[in-house]
Amino acid sequence: MTELAAAAPAGAEGASLRPSTRDLSPHMSDAARARLKTRYRAEQRFRAYGIAAISFAMLSLVILLWTILSNGTTAFFQTHIRLDVPVGADRLGLQGSGPWTPTELRLASWDRTINLAMQERFPAVTSRADRNLLSRMVSPGAGEDLRNMVIADPALIGRTVQVWALAASDIDMFWKGHIRRDVPEAERRVNDRTVGWIDDLTARDEIRSQFNTRFFTSASSVRPELVGVAGSVVGTLMTLLVCMALAVPVGVLAAIYLEEYAPKNRITDIIEVNINNLAAVPSIVFGLLGLAVFLNFFGMPRSAPLVGGIVIALMSLPTVIIATRAALRAVPPSIREAALGVGASKMQVILHHVLPLAMPGIMTGTIITLAQALGETAPLLMIGMVAFVTDIPNSVTASATVLPVQIYMWAGSPERGFVEKTSAGIMVLLVLLLAMNAVAIYLRKKFERRW
Amino acid sequence: MTAQFQSETDAILHPAGRPAQAGWKMTGRDVNVYYGAKHALKGVNLSLAERKVTALIGPSGCGKSTFLRSLNRMNDTIDICRVEGMITLDGQDIYAPSIDVVQLRARVGMVFQKPNPFPKSIYDNVAYGPRIHGLASNTDEMDQIVESSLKRAGLWNEVKDRLRDPGTGLSGGQQQRLCIARAIAVSPEVILMDEPCSALDPIATAHVEELIDELRENYTIVIVTHNMQQAARVSQTTAFFHLGEMVEVSDTDAIFTNPRDERTQGYITGRYG
Repeated sequence: MTELAAAAPAGAEGASLRPSTRDLSPHMSDAARARLKTRYRAEQRFRAYGIAAISFAMLSLVILLWTILSNGTTAFFQTHIRLDVPVGADRLGLQGSGPWTPTELRLASWDRTINLAMQERFPAVTSRADRNLLSRMVSPGAGEDLRNMVIADPALIGRTVQVWALAASDIDMFWKGHIRRDVPEAERRVNDRTVGWIDDLTARDEIRSQFNTRFFTSASSVRPELVGVAGSVVGTLMTLLVCMALAVPVGVLAAIYLEEYAPKNRITDIIEVNINNLAAVPSIVFGLLGLAVFLNFFGMPRSAPLVGGIVIALMSLPTVIIATRAALRAVPPSIREAALGVGASKMQVILHHVLPLAMPGIMTGTIITLAQALGETAPLLMIGMVAFVTDIPNSVTASATVLPVQIYMWAGSPERGFVEKTSAGIMVLLVLLLAMNAVAIYLRKKFERRW
Repeated sequence: MTAQFQSETDAILHPAGRPAQAGWKMTGRDVNVYYGAKHALKGVNLSLAERKVTALIGPSGCGKSTFLRSLNRMNDTIDICRVEGMITLDGQDIYAPSIDVVQLRARVGMVFQKPNPFPKSIYDNVAYGPRIHGLASNTDEMDQIVESSLKRAGLWNEVKDRLRDPGTGLSGGQQQRLCIARAIAVSPEVILMDEPCSALDPIATAHVEELIDELRENYTIVIVTHNMQQAARVSQTTAFFHLGEMVEVSDTDAIFTNPRDERTQGYITGRYG
């Protein structure tokens, strides 16, 4: 204030007899100051609500991720038992002295060979019941692994091979601590004798966790230790591919027509309202449509990614159209006018200018829609993609399932071993989603142009 | 000049359908434009002299831009817009069914209020028009078109070393000259300018005004402006619009020194508008 007074021109003293405009100002009174304070407090509360909302969302996300991670990480490791397996032709039940054809080898008694090796590892076990128990410690997957090993190298026959045999799920659960030792034997899936054998193996370092490659290379199974996501991931990708091949061109072309060419009249209004309504139709309704039309009327194959893709495409179409129209509308009219002004035809305006500028928006919208479709379960249940499929599908008409449905099926299985597989499946699904969103962001950045 | 304006007055009074007189590039007769129910342009008669600059002045919303945009049928892009009356280019009705609107816009180019270069390189901005109209048969010809257009737009020396840079990276004045280069690259006969300097600073404005003066040798130019000094500086003919009517048209010197209509008088002396 003193500075202001110093800067005041000469002759200002006379004016100071009148009250200064500062004192007259309605913004400098005590009441005004109080009002200002209330305003700031309201502002601070408002911000606090926002922070609280974000914190709640973050906390939920952290809890969700923590649950999934803590349940699921162990699924990427599977317990194996070291065995010295004498691979004898007699034990395998092979006739003659070889060489044997791959078919003969494939049909040989691999499980029996493994079981005999287990019995030799525990010579003290003699009773029939205990031997049965012993053989159930090893998964049938161990026999498969040995078979593949020998088919790849038939020279192993007649020799003793050291293998890490895949343990059965109960053993795996016990070793990972999911089946606890302090539970009374009657309620425990792994009885005391088996626990004794596991302790014996542990003492000699003959049991360990190995990375579970099978989880990424095989399809589903009834045995938790044998399941994999490969089948459902391939099914998912095929379904998405069909969906994309259908929804993107149809959706973008429909959006371009509606936005750029369609006259504004009652018919286009009705179409517009219906597109917006369709976007909100529950997805199971689309599943019923797929069941009634594609399976029953057109007789398309059940459980096939082709039908799943078509159904999901129908479901995604409204969203793709809406996203594309929004992207087209966001292109500044000045660019259209500029192109029209030099004599471009309507199609040239759209193809040369509007579409390239709308591309990042169209792609982001489309990929996010596809990411949503990736997580879709309900409509696929209706068309039979809930099938138990143990093979990796090799075509869009083969029986297949998709990742979310696979997770749903695993979640419904009673075995303890499926708990971690379910979480691991969710992790794979989340990684796929993140990858798709990363692609969306990358494409957006790549095609984004300033104007 | 006076004789010429006498003949223009005659032309305006002629009934629609009469062949255009020599010296008139475009003629609008009894042009009415409606935006839905709104009558935006009321019976305008106005002729544009060949190789001259015609300025359209008047208060906001008076219909001058509407008239300009009916000259290359840019109004067609507005759904609710309806044009009545007759506008001819070299005696031919441009709203006749036989007229191809793409060809018309190639002959009647346009420069907009806000510089609107394409988000492409400087080269591609200029080359776009010739490319879609097939004016160059090879890259050498295209290079020549681009170079001569940029030279005529007075931009060549500033951008010749960075033709591949984005056109949107230029300054506002340069962008507007780029838009003018883009318009002349198509070799139009008429150039319509809708307040081309309203988004530019005084120096860039002076640049564009000089350019308009030079372009007059080869093109018929129509410029909409809110700036009466600008109209006085660059145009030979000035038309005053008010509330959708064309109130007065005459020699620019005459309209600013001796307006016939009191509304014109009121506008140019700043009493309203």
